[in-house]
Amino acid sequence: MNEIRTADSLGLSREDLPNSYIGRSVPRPNLPKLVQGRATYTDDVVLPRMLHAAFYRSPHAHARILSIDSAAAMLVPGVVRVFTGADIAKVCDPWVAVLAHLKGMKSAPQYALPLDRATWQGEALVAVVADSRAAAEDGVAALEVTFDPLPAQTDMATALAPGAVVIHPELGDNLAFQRTAVQGDVEAAFASAHKVVEARFVSARHTGVTLEPRSIIADFSRADDTLTVHLATQAPHMIQSVLATQLHLEEGRVRVICKDVGGSFGIKVHVYPDEVAVAAISRILGRPVKFIADRFESFGSDIHARDHVITGRIGVDAQGKILAFDIDDLTGIGPYSVYPRTSAVEGNQVVNLCGGPYDFANYRCSTTVVLQNKVPTCQYRAVGHPIATAVTEGLVDMAAHAIGMDPIEMRRRNMLRDDAYPYTSPAGMRFEGLSHHASLAKLLELVPVDRIRADQTAKRHKGVYRGLGFAAFIELTNPSPFMYGIGGARISAQDGATVRMDPDGSVVVASGVTEQGQGTETILAQIVAHGVGVAVNKVRVVTGDTQNTPYGGGTWACRGAGIGGEAALQSAIALKDQILHVAGTMLQASPATLDIMLGEVVDKTTGTPRISLAEIGRVVYFRGDTLPKDLPREFVQTRHYITKEYPFAFTNGIQACWVEVDTATGMVKVLEHWCVEDCGRVINPMLVDEQVRGGIVQGLGGALYEHCVYDEQGNLLTTTMADYLVPMAAEMPEIHVGHVETPTKESLLGAKGAGEAGTAGAPGALMNAINDALRPLGAVVTEQPFTPARILRALDAI
Amino acid sequence: MKWPAIGYARATSLDELWRLQAEHGAAAQLLAGGQTLLATLAFRLSDPKILLDITRIAALRGIAVQDGVLRIGALTRHAELGRDPLVAQHAPLLAEAAPLIAHPAIRNRGTIGGSLAYADPAAELPACVVALGATIVAVSPRGERRVPAEAFFTGLLQTALAPDEIIAAVEIPGTQPTTRSRIIEVARRSGDYAMAGLAARLSLNAEGRVTSPRLVFFGVGSGPVLAARAGAALDGWVLDSAAIAAAQAALAEDLDPPADMHGPPEMKRHLARVLTFRALSPLLRASEVAE
Repeated sequence: MNEIRTADSLGLSREDLPNSYIGRSVPRPNLPKLVQGRATYTDDVVLPRMLHAAFYRSPHAHARILSIDSAAAMLVPGVVRVFTGADIAKVCDPWVAVLAHLKGMKSAPQYALPLDRATWQGEALVAVVADSRAAAEDGVAALEVTFDPLPAQTDMATALAPGAVVIHPELGDNLAFQRTAVQGDVEAAFASAHKVVEARFVSARHTGVTLEPRSIIADFSRADDTLTVHLATQAPHMIQSVLATQLHLEEGRVRVICKDVGGSFGIKVHVYPDEVAVAAISRILGRPVKFIADRFESFGSDIHARDHVITGRIGVDAQGKILAFDIDDLTGIGPYSVYPRTSAVEGNQVVNLCGGPYDFANYRCSTTVVLQNKVPTCQYRAVGHPIATAVTEGLVDMAAHAIGMDPIEMRRRNMLRDDAYPYTSPAGMRFEGLSHHASLAKLLELVPVDRIRADQTAKRHKGVYRGLGFAAFIELTNPSPFMYGIGGARISAQDGATVRMDPDGSVVVASGVTEQGQGTETILAQIVAHGVGVAVNKVRVVTGDTQNTPYGGGTWACRGAGIGGEAALQSAIALKDQILHVAGTMLQASPATLDIMLGEVVDKTTGTPRISLAEIGRVVYFRGDTLPKDLPREFVQTRHYITKEYPFAFTNGIQACWVEVDTATGMVKVLEHWCVEDCGRVINPMLVDEQVRGGIVQGLGGALYEHCVYDEQGNLLTTTMADYLVPMAAEMPEIHVGHVETPTKESLLGAKGAGEAGTAGAPGALMNAINDALRPLGAVVTEQPFTPARILRALDAI
Repeated sequence: MKWPAIGYARATSLDELWRLQAEHGAAAQLLAGGQTLLATLAFRLSDPKILLDITRIAALRGIAVQDGVLRIGALTRHAELGRDPLVAQHAPLLAEAAPLIAHPAIRNRGTIGGSLAYADPAAELPACVVALGATIVAVSPRGERRVPAEAFFTGLLQTALAPDEIIAAVEIPGTQPTTRSRIIEVARRSGDYAMAGLAARLSLNAEGRVTSPRLVFFGVGSGPVLAARAGAALDGWVLDSAAIAAAQAALAEDLDPPADMHGPPEMKRHLARVLTFRALSPLLRASEVAE
């Protein structure tokens, strides 16, 4: 472990080292506020002179806009103004979402509101601004918009075929991006293989359903030429830069404030055209304008994700050694790549991650990213990981079955050795240190495999079909500029923290990473309390304000703890050093002989209290005249952190899923689920476990229920919570979580990301469990979600 | 979405309701539990000018037994159905159905009258009242009218109610010691509308012979579907595996389900056969089960 003094590392109990907070489950300081309904979500913010926006959204998947008549809408009481695409374009430039390092990628210019053509059902076309949301909706209802409906390109399989509707003629075709990674000699490996197994997998288009919908208030002040934006977002600084650029403002004159956020899951890390339109409207009107997406319009305008069809082959030798993977991924992303992260990243991740846990030599994987007239897709929790993991682990299980090998033994024989690092995967990913075998061993301590197998056999005699499935995975966390920065996006991979001590000895940390309801502020408080030497309840946390926090990237790709946490730790240690320097002068002692414990400067060896931080604060801030003139006394320290050695800090883990399939109805009941993951140093075990559990639930949701269903004309059929089925508590199993800790050596904290591991592995483990249950009946399912209809079809029951 | 601006009036008696209805005509919409109506208003799918709140009309409330008939007031909430001792005693099928209806928040608000009047084809209560041979008591300024449940549901979201009628109550004939009832369904998640469901009631005499069976399916048609041929395949026969199989086979004629988001018609037919077996097999005699 990296050298941080924790109770564990010293062999002490936490009572012996009372302000050792790293590795400890402390309650979330912001929890009372959240559960008492006293949080400040964007919709809770009410500003003087504020207006409300509502959008007329396209009823067609693809149509030319012939006319927009707003005369009747302008007569609706309360309506202030109606804005079309042309109105917005006067103050707001379009954008093109490509990244330079995704070679050959193309996308069309996207306007906040389109000028003359709708390209997906649900696309915002006209904005009505009124003195209440209800009046704005009345105005939307009074708009007269006429269309010339155009044929829609909906099926990704025909997107590149002759005769396809080319959505943006200026692009020439519907191909947004294509990449193939090749390593070794794949064909020779398959030719020499003992067994080759091939399968087709489908990952259904789904979306992230946040409790709090997308929310924005844009407030342009003509008096001081500043745009203040209250926004539910994961990346305030990114949005600051985008809005400044698109609206021709100086970046320093745009401030993004993001107080409490009710869940993000990647949904709130993108630039949404309707939100940019709201900012443009405020720029034009000089008044605050609020837009809160309702659930209905969220389904048709929040990003979707994971719309992939994948064919895969695996070749193994007679001993079960994996010789090669050959994988071909096709994904449909909607009519535009989403700004600024682009919609090619998910397919690119599939190429990066397939086969990830295994030691094999020959690899070919391609992704083809095509346009279609559906809601744009982009990065959603565990981007690409659940797809890559399900394909890899589905193939590994099928290969194990083909050669008659136990799936656990198959994995044990092929997983990268725990002493193999550093290691570069056939896909080119560099691993600093992973723990596949230790994680498998830990998983097998948790999963009673023998008892489960005995139960499985006994139940089958009674016509009850149960199955156990496994899925090992890797997860990309702590991204460097290699993720977006090198592609030209102004998205910071660096993050900062400022830690200060006030006269009463309390500590404030301001951080560039953000709180989405997942507990970022809790771990920041823990890290800073640990680093400075104060009780955790003496630390206040400031996040989500571009004017009051160090510049940073925010929360995405599991970087909050690993990047933001390290910056907080380093600045806390720097503050502690500064405090001890002043204390040493006051006490006429060497700072090296002093320590800070629970807000008291103590003698390091004996623990004897010498002086409190509050007393030091009093002297420094109010009686600075009593201190030596040349004594540095800045009780505020800022440190930034960026990963430098590795493009990403990969984590790993393995999940197991135990299900019962009702073969008469096709219903799947998840009985129990396990996950062992290695996110490096665990800062708050309770929060990490809950992140893993929540991620697993989201993974199971996508694999069992969640599906954005379209008809052939591109009409979205799942636009309510009665049709779009999210996982609910009643259907979720007991979830057991275990950890192996392999800290990254790049940072003192040693933390990697933990937020996406659950989602990465759950669908694959579930699929393998279902297929394990169905195996005696000769049925296999590989198309998510695993609905009753699909299972009954696989069983030839319908 | 936000509701359009809308008027509201509360009627505290039927007479007051008739007066308000006469005043507002087609622009008025009744509000009881509101669990369907309020969502359609938010989606702006209907555009009433005024809501007439009937929840304080005493004549529409209450659960009582008179002359062996259980009368359930239209305003009875689903949660009340689930806990009322008279319902449990005289119409246990309804008590068994209550927990299958959506989620607690909806059961606390939704009413039996609202559910029957809306006539959702996948809803539990319409199927239950048909299975129980209940009578729907409709009331209007013209007086009361009794409609057999079987004749009440006339099509997709359609009922036999005249425009000026409302449901006052449901009357359910008394049960006999030989009466057996059961409701089961297959839903994607607990609380969802069923992909297919079955409310069944029959009498089983001492010899195990079935009389007056009523198998009513929901989620498989345009309303509750009384499976007459499946019933006929059971009626008068000793309930055994062969009788169940005959009922399952007869469903091919009884059901003509539409496709929905969850699957094709053949899936619903399949599920109906599975539900028939699962509803009836617990009633098999021990000797049958042992086989």
